[in-house]
Amino acid sequence: MTAVTDRDQLAALAARANDARANIEFEDDGMTLNIGPQHPATHGTLRIVAKIDGEQVVSAEPIAGYMHRGYEKLTEVRTYPQVTTLINRIDWLGSFANEVPFILAAEKLMGIEAPPRAQHIRTILFELSRLANISLFLGDLAIQLGGLTLGFYSFRDREFVLNQIEAVTGGRFHPNFDRIGGLKDDLPKGWIAETKVAMQKMRAFCDEADDLLFGNEIFQKRTRGIGVIPAEVAKSYGLSGPNARGSGIDWDLRRDNCPPGLAYDKVDWKVWTHPDGDAFARSWIRLQETREASKIVDQLLDTIPSGPIMAKVPRIIKVPEGEAWVATENPLGEMGYYIVSKGDLVPFRVKIRSASFNNVSIVPWVCRGVYIPDVITILASLYFILGDIDR
Amino acid sequence: MTHVLSSIDLAYWQSTLIKLIVVAILVPTTALILGIVFLFKVMSWMQSRKGPQEAGPRGLLQLLADGAKFVQKEDLIPDKADRFVFKTAPIVVLMSTLLLYVALPASQHLVVEDLDVGVFFALAVSSLSVIGILMAGWSSANKYSLMGGLRAGGQLIAYELPMVLAVVGVVIQAGTLSLNGIVQAQANGAIFGFSALGNPFILTQFVGFFIFLAAVQAELTQTPFDMPVAESEIVGGYQVEYSGFRFLFFFLAEFATAFVFAGIAATLFLGGYWFPGVDTSSKIYWILGPAVLFTKIMLVAFLIFWVRFTYPRFREDQLQAFAWKWLIPIALVNILVTGILKVVF
Amino acid sequence: MIRLSSAEGGAAEVAADEAIPTDELREGLLESLRAELGAAVVGSHIRPGDDLWVRVTADAWRTAGEVVRSILGCTYFDFLSAIDWLPSPFGRDMDSQEDLIISGAEPREPPAMTTGYAGGDTRLQVFARVANLDQHYGVTLKVDVADDDPSLLTWVPVYAGANWHEREAWEMYGITFVGHPHLVHMYLPGDFEGNPMRKDFPLLARRVKPWPGIVDVEPMPGGTDDEGEGEGE
Repeated sequence: MTAVTDRDQLAALAARANDARANIEFEDDGMTLNIGPQHPATHGTLRIVAKIDGEQVVSAEPIAGYMHRGYEKLTEVRTYPQVTTLINRIDWLGSFANEVPFILAAEKLMGIEAPPRAQHIRTILFELSRLANISLFLGDLAIQLGGLTLGFYSFRDREFVLNQIEAVTGGRFHPNFDRIGGLKDDLPKGWIAETKVAMQKMRAFCDEADDLLFGNEIFQKRTRGIGVIPAEVAKSYGLSGPNARGSGIDWDLRRDNCPPGLAYDKVDWKVWTHPDGDAFARSWIRLQETREASKIVDQLLDTIPSGPIMAKVPRIIKVPEGEAWVATENPLGEMGYYIVSKGDLVPFRVKIRSASFNNVSIVPWVCRGVYIPDVITILASLYFILGDIDR
Repeated sequence: MTHVLSSIDLAYWQSTLIKLIVVAILVPTTALILGIVFLFKVMSWMQSRKGPQEAGPRGLLQLLADGAKFVQKEDLIPDKADRFVFKTAPIVVLMSTLLLYVALPASQHLVVEDLDVGVFFALAVSSLSVIGILMAGWSSANKYSLMGGLRAGGQLIAYELPMVLAVVGVVIQAGTLSLNGIVQAQANGAIFGFSALGNPFILTQFVGFFIFLAAVQAELTQTPFDMPVAESEIVGGYQVEYSGFRFLFFFLAEFATAFVFAGIAATLFLGGYWFPGVDTSSKIYWILGPAVLFTKIMLVAFLIFWVRFTYPRFREDQLQAFAWKWLIPIALVNILVTGILKVVF
Repeated sequence: MIRLSSAEGGAAEVAADEAIPTDELREGLLESLRAELGAAVVGSHIRPGDDLWVRVTADAWRTAGEVVRSILGCTYFDFLSAIDWLPSPFGRDMDSQEDLIISGAEPREPPAMTTGYAGGDTRLQVFARVANLDQHYGVTLKVDVADDDPSLLTWVPVYAGANWHEREAWEMYGITFVGHPHLVHMYLPGDFEGNPMRKDFPLLARRVKPWPGIVDVEPMPGGTDDEGEGEGE
């Protein structure tokens, strides 16, 4: 159903976008439209200064920083266990996933590894936060394009996933559950069966989204050939995650370079790619990823090993001197932490490489010569979380 | 209503007053009904959520509460706005809606003004609203408003045409421009000699019906044609600076127009107030007419809102292309075929 | 086997204690970098099977970017940022000093400046990470920038994505990127003065009110050693 049938047409569309880009070089006057900082399409406070000529965008420049919280500076005065509280708030829709790469980087420097059960549960929670994040993306995309109904469906079904996260961690949005060397707690009773039900509901939701949105002619018209990002450009801007895979880059940090401490080597799933690089491709990848994530969770639930959930770690954590870079495939893309430790209680320097920062930096390139509604489509399909841009 | 009032022999000002009161009560009521039934109940049912529950029994009074809230709000006018135009724009839009009610017959005599050119009149006054919307968009001194107003201008003008052309088929078939006459033509018609059901024009003019509904959807600026008010793009378009009772005017106009357009569609294509088996001149239509018409309106309105809650929206150029490249040619072909068949039969 | 890690930095010594597995891939990468850049490669570090750090001279920064992009195939731009190696006079450890001062103890001097993997001579260091997505390896490039005039040639022509990262580094560390097309504030207000991520920029909120979470690092009652019992079961 989603195979691209009309490749010639797509090529023509992309060529037209390029032409438009070239043509508007010479336009001078026009109107400046401030999209944001408070705007329904920016889910957060991103401001986009668009120079427009009629309905056509001559240039668009995103202005971030309305939500900068200075986490990189703040981590320098927090002990390692305290840092997870902060970084929970980076991508607030899939918060648990933010903690994982940081914890893994600290574990790498300390040379410890979580017990298999903890790795397993960590991976499950990682995928659950991916589901919580991407299912909202599908609803949000629909809302941005004017179809409200799928938005409500996504909120309805996302609830099942959030309930499962809450049942384990006690927090719906900010679990703060990952620990250096393992996890805070074990799974509650009956959780595995409930999660399987939730996964079925997520798959049903995906089918619904497929029918209601992706099969819709208007949706396809609005997204096909819009915001085409070729693979080379995507790489040089550092696009990652579904945005990169939507441009045909077959690269997934869960499969390639998966850091030790996660149980992805024990599951079998498919990394989807799409050759088109347009808004539809990116959205479609995310739909498939929701399905795959639910399958990963199902497989992991069947094979949870028994054992402790905490490795032997000192109660007061001092990380040995060194530098470590760990990146994982977060819901929004590659999220990595570059930790520089001086053997102290606190990190010396933490560089937070968040996916949305790179993903949004391509907006000026891709939003030239498109129409204003396409800016919204492109922003929605690039899918950013403000906390993930500003940190 | 003209006939009735004249038979009771009232002075001109008295009959005018009665008409005024009827329309003034009728229009907000219809908007309320559509708002509650579709915007609240059907929409929340389709989106598998609960909708308003607290105000009144099953939340039915929610819209009244909302209206009361709107009236209490401060009447904000932007600093740089053209104050006079800004203030009058909602009234112009609402006036276009009110005028539409004038021609709609709820039974043979229950009509504000039984015009010989009812169809023509309805289509003409419906396009008045675009002036109000352009006024609102321009006078707000807001870029989003301006874009919304211009989008609305382009869209409403583009969709006037398929709407008119879709109706032409009906007019050819009925042989009259009077809405009452069209109802009677449907009541007296026959499908291949079988006359018990009459001949609702939806059977012969189904192409026209769908074009008309698509154009209505665009006139109402509802999804998938809601770019003028697209919330995620231009934050409400021409309505963005309006608050309080002026916003309420837009809201009323939108839903009352939806109601009356559904009524015109029901009259043109579904037989209007006519109930199969009951002659149109029967006295029972004093009661039956409005009830039958209301039922048909709700059916048509359900279609309109069903589409609204389901589809994503077009882009501006795609919308124009849809009107000019698809709807208008199809409507023209429809007219041609109708004309040929009219001559042949 | 030649130890490719530069002698500087305590981390290298940690690596020396372990039996060092060889990593031919990354040593090969380093060799080809050395072949291209020659003496511009002034330091390097390899964590076998994991990562490669290379330090180049400031003059060769742009060239290094072009080389890793074209020769090593690292077309994927990951991030670019900076480190201030100055030991913080306001850091977390100094916070507890703050408390100690209040209770009458002597303040402690900040420790001497040390640098990390692949060494470093100056206080400010820019580092960037690029990756090869086909063969799944990444390289972290480091470069020293002069203390008195922290400026570098921009990477934007090489990696378009460096645009925002360089703006951030410019804003947070005060490092000028020569030739950057749009070097304006990223997060901070336009008239903001100072470079917040520099270690000598005080975290004012912390100065005004020490964070209550600080009690976490106090030794537990009865525990004499800060390397306490593990929590493992």
